[in-house]
Amino acid sequence: MKRAVRDAGFSALIALGLFAPLIGLVTENGDNGLVLRARPIAVAVVVILVFLGRLLMLTRAAHIAAPKPAGPSPAMRRAGSALAPALLLFALVLPFGGSRYYIDLATLVLTYIMLGWGLNVVVGLAGLLDLGYVAFYAVGAYSYALLAENFGLGFWTCLPLAGILAAFWGVLLGFPVLRLRGDYLAIVTLAFGEIIRIVSLTHGPNGITGIPRPTLFGLAFSMEGGEGTFAGFFNLEPATIQRVIYLYYVILGLALLTNWFTLRLRRTPLGRAWEALREDETACRSLGINVTNTKLTAFAIGAMFGGFAGAFFATRQAFISPESFTFIESATVLAIVVLGGLGSQLGVALAAIVMVGGLELLRSFLSFLADQMGSPVFAGIANELPLYRMLLFGLALVVVMVLRPRGMVATRTPTAAMGPH
Amino acid sequence: MLAVTGLTMRFGGLKAVEDLSFEARAGEITAVIGPNGAGKTTVFNCITGFYRPTEGSIALTDSAGTRFALDRMAGHRIAARAKVARTFQNVRLFAGMTVLENLLVAQHNVLNGASGFTLLAVLGVGRYRAAERLGLEKARHWLDRVGLLERADDLAGALPYGAQRRLEIARAMCIDPVLLCLDEPAAGLNPRETEALNALLRGILADRCSLLLIEHDMGVVMRISDHIVVLDHGKKIADGSPADVRADPAVIAAYLGEGDEDEATA
Repeated sequence: MKRAVRDAGFSALIALGLFAPLIGLVTENGDNGLVLRARPIAVAVVVILVFLGRLLMLTRAAHIAAPKPAGPSPAMRRAGSALAPALLLFALVLPFGGSRYYIDLATLVLTYIMLGWGLNVVVGLAGLLDLGYVAFYAVGAYSYALLAENFGLGFWTCLPLAGILAAFWGVLLGFPVLRLRGDYLAIVTLAFGEIIRIVSLTHGPNGITGIPRPTLFGLAFSMEGGEGTFAGFFNLEPATIQRVIYLYYVILGLALLTNWFTLRLRRTPLGRAWEALREDETACRSLGINVTNTKLTAFAIGAMFGGFAGAFFATRQAFISPESFTFIESATVLAIVVLGGLGSQLGVALAAIVMVGGLELLRSFLSFLADQMGSPVFAGIANELPLYRMLLFGLALVVVMVLRPRGMVATRTPTAAMGPH
Repeated sequence: MLAVTGLTMRFGGLKAVEDLSFEARAGEITAVIGPNGAGKTTVFNCITGFYRPTEGSIALTDSAGTRFALDRMAGHRIAARAKVARTFQNVRLFAGMTVLENLLVAQHNVLNGASGFTLLAVLGVGRYRAAERLGLEKARHWLDRVGLLERADDLAGALPYGAQRRLEIARAMCIDPVLLCLDEPAAGLNPRETEALNALLRGILADRCSLLLIEHDMGVVMRISDHIVVLDHGKKIADGSPADVRADPAVIAAYLGEGDEDEATA
């Protein structure tokens, strides 16, 4: 107990050091520019919380350290297998019940799910740590934007082309990094992501505007209505929401296609070779597997899905610029894959929902909470509450990784089974 | 079938193997023995393409009479084309994959060749289905041979050590090798497992696959080898039948050490 108190005191001391500048000091607009205001009470609250939390953790350590059963319990397994169909059903009916805000948010989440599934091929299956995945997203987006601008090609023609071009860049990146592993590979891919963004993308920082929207079998979603448009054909009142819902279903379809393809791919010889490569490259070589080709296909196929997602991003935004493809995008997608559980399709989907959707919902929730705190006790905290969302979010990520170090869904389904004998 | 001629391997200033020549004949078990640091594993790595020899040649002639210059082939081609398989001193399984998957990965070239650039395999149609069924059949055959059929769907990393060794041999056999190189297959096995290993190796030999092995366990070597090559400090000091080698004074001096003869007869 004495040791626990000492340990907790030490943690509180660290918290004090960290949060004194982070929370304890706030800048405000004064008479002559910014003035610094101290908030000792807020710091004290956080430090005491850390002290109590650590104490609680240590005194309950016996429970936490108890060995857990190796696999998930049957009940959990059942819940897990029901989760994916439930999510799919929810995704299918969402546009009928949701407002524009939620459909837009869901479209964003689905884009990240698709990116996560694409990166999962490279990082989760082949075990190649790629920190520059956003590069392929950018290649896809710019491919579509430029092909549409210069050759007047439509979205559905450009989609496969964007994928192929991104795959080509994947191979191009793959060649120089064939011999690299782990940290070194991560650094080079990181650099690649930055180079793609910085090196003279067409129109530079101005980006590309007026990227055409996708059509439904030739029917455009235009506001004028009339002949040849979606609204005109179905005798509807033209409305933006039709296009929003259509885009939502496009990305849902693309994401599901990615999922189906990756799930099938895992069961092919190539997919097994990727996983074997992640486990032991030397053993792969001794079995006659061409390590070079195997790695390059992983890069190419991962990049291809990034390219598809990029083309979709371009057509949804109708405007792209290098600003859309910064390192934070790569980091987010990688965090989704790691948090979800390397190699797990369901895990990636869950992680994307939590990371992209959850962050957004947390913002609304904190704003809502702030509105409720009318009492003078909370004065000075209430209007700042939404600013803490990143802090809370980071804390949540740390907690997940502490409790489930191998990601939210850590189970791996074998790609072949002999079955009972 | 395997002819090593004038093999020299240098790492910077260090000569790990110097002017080594020996032959491994078809249908025999050839053993390479020697004290620690004698260069045995280096020889193995040269034969299986993990190192490129500084000098010398390594030639493999299969039963059809085709000759492969192993010293000039890329690493993975030695397994894929010349059909030389190997195991590792510290077992290298795909620990996170199941036992069955390990054996399917070993058949990668055959299965991938039938997968129509992976497209047939993704769709699960055409000749890939037949190829996969044959692959599973072969895996089942080898699992049965090494007594691991019951554990086919368990993770390879979860097997006990002796079973992992057997699985590694089964995995190597799934590439249909003409020569199987075993790096200390009996290390860490108990006497009963060693006995089972001997039986397994004899069975593999009967399947027209020749064996080359590195071994420390003199009991294993003397009992099952047809031909022994002794290395010391990267040079060959003896070459012959187990009886010849055991009697060779140079071998006793270098490897067994004086007053340690009971080990040789154990």
